[in-house]
Amino acid sequence: MSFDYEKYLRPGKLPHIWCPGCGHGIILKGLIRAIDKCRLAKNRTAIVSGIGCASRLPGYVDFNTVHTAHGRAAAFATGMKLADPELTVICVGGDGDGVAIGGNHFIHACRRNIDLTYIIMNNNIYGMTGGQFSPCTPTGAFASTTPYGNPDPVFDIARLAIGAGATFVARTTAYHALQIDKLITEGILHKGMAIIEVVDGCPTSYGRRNKFKSPSDMMTWLKDAAIPVEKTEGMSEKDLEGKIVTGILHRDETRPEYCEQYALLRERAQRKEG
Amino acid sequence: MAIPTIEINEKYCKGCGICVTFCPAKALALENFKAKAIKPEACVKCMQCELRCPDFAIRIS
Repeated sequence: MSFDYEKYLRPGKLPHIWCPGCGHGIILKGLIRAIDKCRLAKNRTAIVSGIGCASRLPGYVDFNTVHTAHGRAAAFATGMKLADPELTVICVGGDGDGVAIGGNHFIHACRRNIDLTYIIMNNNIYGMTGGQFSPCTPTGAFASTTPYGNPDPVFDIARLAIGAGATFVARTTAYHALQIDKLITEGILHKGMAIIEVVDGCPTSYGRRNKFKSPSDMMTWLKDAAIPVEKTEGMSEKDLEGKIVTGILHRDETRPEYCEQYALLRERAQRKEG
Repeated sequence: MAIPTIEINEKYCKGCGICVTFCPAKALALENFKAKAIKPEACVKCMQCELRCPDFAIRIS
């Protein structure tokens, strides 16, 4: 039945700043349900973000929250996790924040396989700053800085994460609300770097420039474009063009986790010193 | 079966219309840019509106 979100929200902060129909609110609800499922204690959970629309999320939730510099969520989170490895650290941010401005921090957090959960809300645009194109804006799409269509190829966040060494990579969309909390739960429980990309609609900055007349149109696009990874077997790159492959795309339980390796190193060094 | 209560918090609702589009029972509609339960008796408690409301504005009980 109805889920009680109130107990995880800071009182008096709603309504949030996100535009009508922005999927970030749906993802926030998914994150709260996932945290509830994992029974995480409020004071043992930290939520870290960079700058941007999506990065406003920690302001609404009643956990240890840090709103950091643009693109630096992974860097701050790495420090926090190393200082207190028992803390559950969750990063949230947008596509521009995570893989453009913070791209370097993102790939190196993946490379280290540190036990973080990073939720990237990919809305294909820089929403807050006025609709400039991001590395995730589809080729040919319109943004305030690509009035003739975007000439750039798209960054595939999931493939980037897998290539950089993340050991849990999943993707879903804001339409698939129940899958959001399922994947975030798996990501939190996974020991190692977990990347959950949630493809999202930005009706204000992306939608109205790209023939999505309403937030519902954007949600319908997410619904129609999504294809579960199990169904993609035998499909070519061309068949998958314009599709959003959802589900768990990569899972590797064999690679060592960074904090554990660091603890071993510390032990070795202390033995040598002593 | 009792008619479900569809609570809509007008202070939170931004009138995006997502709940209206995805309600399979057509129990909701937009009125003055706010969601409104026009046919609560048609509600099948699928919770799609509550799950997809980005603004924490709908509660079904």
